[in-house]
Amino acid sequence: MTVSELVAELGLEVIVMGDKDREITGGYSCDLLSWVIGRANPGDAWITVIGNINTIAVSILADTSCIILAENSAIDPQATKRAETEGVTVLRSSKNAFQLSFEIGRLLKVV
Amino acid sequence: MKLHYEVPGDDFTRAGEASGDVKRKLKSLGFPPDVIRRITIAIYEGEINMVIHAGGGVADIEILPDRITAVLADQGPGIPDIEKAMQEGWSTAPDNIRSLGFGAGMGLPNIKKYSDILNIDTEVGRGTTLTITVLVNPEHREMHNHNH
Ligand SMILES: Nc1ncnc2c1ncn2[C@@H]1O[C@H](COP(=O)(O)OP(=O)(O)OP(=O)(O)O)[C@@H](O)[C@H]1O
Ligand SMILES: [Mg+2]
Repeated sequence: MTVSELVAELGLEVIVMGDKDREITGGYSCDLLSWVIGRANPGDAWITVIGNINTIAVSILADTSCIILAENSAIDPQATKRAETEGVTVLRSSKNAFQLSFEIGRLLKVV
Repeated sequence: MKLHYEVPGDDFTRAGEASGDVKRKLKSLGFPPDVIRRITIAIYEGEINMVIHAGGGVADIEILPDRITAVLADQGPGIPDIEKAMQEGWSTAPDNIRSLGFGAGMGLPNIKKYSDILNIDTEVGRGTTLTITVLVNPEHREMHNHNH
């Protein structure tokens, strides 16, 4: 499933679209940035409520396929700008991390 | 190639500049993605630690064909118990920092995990210097390993 397919399936808000054809190979949900750096796999859709500039840096370092801000959490204007210049996909949903994880897992056929 | 960066003490918006710039340089030099990933993660964690825990510092990066070495030096408070600090989950990050997503106590363990050679020189009241090396051919790592 690609990023743009995920957006369509879950009706996600697109804040910044990077590589819309990037394949989503898994998912990871955590708000502790160093935890994500150490544990997320490249290609994961990363679900978090942390929306600052470091979220973007971590997404690049961990090479996640997209960031999904759960529960309509806020994102700093600086972070949006950095995401635009670096081509990092930032999406948003009113759903919480549990619901998003479940639905993405179902779409990826891992649950 | 040698690179030098000043890491500001309180500015989270600029933390990550050194690792981002090193990443671009290594990419254009054609280093393997895994090598780039490991050294940039280690530099990022070190940079962030200097911002949060040490009031800033400097990063000096040396890029050689077979290795990349990053020296991250600060004149902060130092680390009183380095064994504790190296444990996953140990953190003294204050609440306002935790609300930004830091404070998992995973930064130093990540640096250890992703580097081939790590040396930590720290003294309370004087500061901390991390010397991090990532080898392009890590199969040679035993020969070089002088970890503390
Ligand atoms: N440069 C430094 N100067 C002084 N103390 C440091 C420095 N780097 C790390 N420490 C100490 O070591 C602890 C562990 O560092 P580590 O990077 O593993 O976790 P953290 O920075 O607290 O959280 P995280 O990196 O997961 O966001 C810190 O909480 C701090 O007490
Ligand atoms: Mg840290």
